[in-house]
Amino acid sequence: MSVLIGSKTKAIFQGFTGSQATMHAEQCIAYGTKIVGGVTPGKGGQEHLSLPVFNTVKEAVTETNANTSVIFVPARFSKDAIIEAAENGIELIICITEGVPVLDMINVIDALNHNENVRLIGPNCPGVITPGEAKLGIMPASIHAKGSVGIVSRSGTLTYEAVNQTTLAGLGQSTCIGIGGDPINGTSFIDCLKMFESDDQTESIVMVGEIGGTAEEEAAEYIKGNVSKPVVSYIAGVTAPKGKRMGHAGAIISGGKGTAQDKFRALESAGVSVVTDLNLIGSKLTELL
Amino acid sequence: MNLHEYQSKELFELYNLPVSKRGLIRKLSDVEKAIENIDFTNGCVAKVQAHTGGRGKVGGVELCKTKEEIEKFVNNWLGKKIVTNQTDDQGLPVNIISIDELTSIEAELYMSLIVDRADKCVSMIVSRAGGMNIEEVAETNPEKILKIKFQHGHKIDENQFYEVCRKLEFNSEQSKQFHEIAKGCKKLFLEKDLSLLEINPLVITSEGNLHCLDAKINVDENALYRQEDILSMRDSSQEDEREYQAKKHDLSYVSLDGNIGCMVNGAGLAMGTMDTIKLYNGEPANFLDVGGTATKERVGEALKLILSDNNVKGILVNIFGGIVRCDLIAEGIIGAINEIEVDVPIVVRLQGNMSTEGKELLNSSGLNVIGEDSLMKASQKIVELVK
Repeated sequence: MSVLIGSKTKAIFQGFTGSQATMHAEQCIAYGTKIVGGVTPGKGGQEHLSLPVFNTVKEAVTETNANTSVIFVPARFSKDAIIEAAENGIELIICITEGVPVLDMINVIDALNHNENVRLIGPNCPGVITPGEAKLGIMPASIHAKGSVGIVSRSGTLTYEAVNQTTLAGLGQSTCIGIGGDPINGTSFIDCLKMFESDDQTESIVMVGEIGGTAEEEAAEYIKGNVSKPVVSYIAGVTAPKGKRMGHAGAIISGGKGTAQDKFRALESAGVSVVTDLNLIGSKLTELL
Repeated sequence: MNLHEYQSKELFELYNLPVSKRGLIRKLSDVEKAIENIDFTNGCVAKVQAHTGGRGKVGGVELCKTKEEIEKFVNNWLGKKIVTNQTDDQGLPVNIISIDELTSIEAELYMSLIVDRADKCVSMIVSRAGGMNIEEVAETNPEKILKIKFQHGHKIDENQFYEVCRKLEFNSEQSKQFHEIAKGCKKLFLEKDLSLLEINPLVITSEGNLHCLDAKINVDENALYRQEDILSMRDSSQEDEREYQAKKHDLSYVSLDGNIGCMVNGAGLAMGTMDTIKLYNGEPANFLDVGGTATKERVGEALKLILSDNNVKGILVNIFGGIVRCDLIAEGIIGAINEIEVDVPIVVRLQGNMSTEGKELLNSSGLNVIGEDSLMKASQKIVELVK
């Protein structure tokens, strides 16, 4: 078993014909993921990467029975793209796009709350991969290996660090989920912890957080009562100054809240194995298992 | 992006929020005209305009009774720098001073609209404990902080709203005024893509009216493409020079105090790299996310930016090459170093696709560059080299 994506995934790309989407769609297809087409308004009827292009998500779903969509459209169109996917039968929406205005995301969450059958991952995220089965995102396939560690992270390249270390440690990954670096996103740490806890393939969990907000603190609270599998956690941004946005829109210590120290403390008190050295994620896991 | 207080108040006026009349001074000869703009019978409050709080504590906000007192204030501040407990040691330049009409104050409250990350909505925070550091109040007297969530299409729940008015001990006229202020602030927040709107203090005047004495606005950088009027209010003199330059090149950069420059792909890994340097007893000089495509051009721009900081004694480049091959990245780095004069040691950690080849290219380049494939070793190396 795996979570979110696997052999039953049938995916389309929104913003399919753009250069980034094209490059990454090729990589996802090469990995063996079932990509059934894409959407680019105005280019319906064309073929791209030997797959059909549609004008709307509705047409794409009707014609291909897609259940998942990966969004590569520019930030200013992302809100409408997400809502269009949600309203037309897509169950899993993975929004890679960075730079979506935060009020757009509040409106998206509002619109999605009416629909329990839809899950949004991201925005501003690397996507999701279930090694050996399916890859939907921009992560490099080569560092992954099928295995037992569930990885969830707010950062792309930090996820790759954790992936690489678990691969080198011989553990491999069940599924890796990038939930994105924005202040408001579709799927939380808690949502992912819940999925990993009930997934048979996942034997341990790596949670990579960063400064800003209280998502890690909330996750710590959840882990205390609900997660029986070992959790290793790393938080980036110990040296980040207050009040400065550190690349990710969500990575900012505001009003003295959201420091790495606060998060380490909360996680430790929940029984999570915290590593302060990013290089030790893999060895910490090996030590625990 | 931050706005000045006077700019925020101009926006407040557009949304019918009660603010004091003001006059702006950009040079000494503006004083006379600025006074004409306001009712100066009892004097005015002169306020330094800079992107920082804590101005009052260092004399940046003063009561002036005469024209001469204003001129003295202007001479003291204009063209100088203001250093507060919220700025760095360099402080921020003072190019504009605002003189505000006097308001008689009965009580000071705090009010703000924020992006509520936990509840995924815009929320209003209000407290009877205004004029002071709200974070301290939240720490010591959390019960004094009241919150109203604007949910389901940003609606203000009327029952919740009047319950808060009761707790704030407003009379019916004040409750009505507060409702207008909340509505106006919400409209401004949503229409102008704000990420923070703060009124500290929101005062009750001796006539019993609510009045916005201060105004602070932050705007969502991601939404600036649709806020041209706000973008034109940008005052780059208030931003770190290097951070401003970085933005122009679409690089994400933050200045720090240390001596090891960092260049990393990805924001999370960039923070992780700074933390690793610190963990191995070094001091990072900056945060820099060079982005997903570490091409020769981008690496070159990033190197120039890092080297413009005279404190930098060495550079750590940390690239997790995923889809892009590490040997190509190494070629880009070598090309950039060849073009720019670099007189400090550089340690490059390349990890991922073709990293061994990349490392070899760097080590045989004849440049002052060392290739590594482990972040731990690379961090230890650069810390040792800058000692």
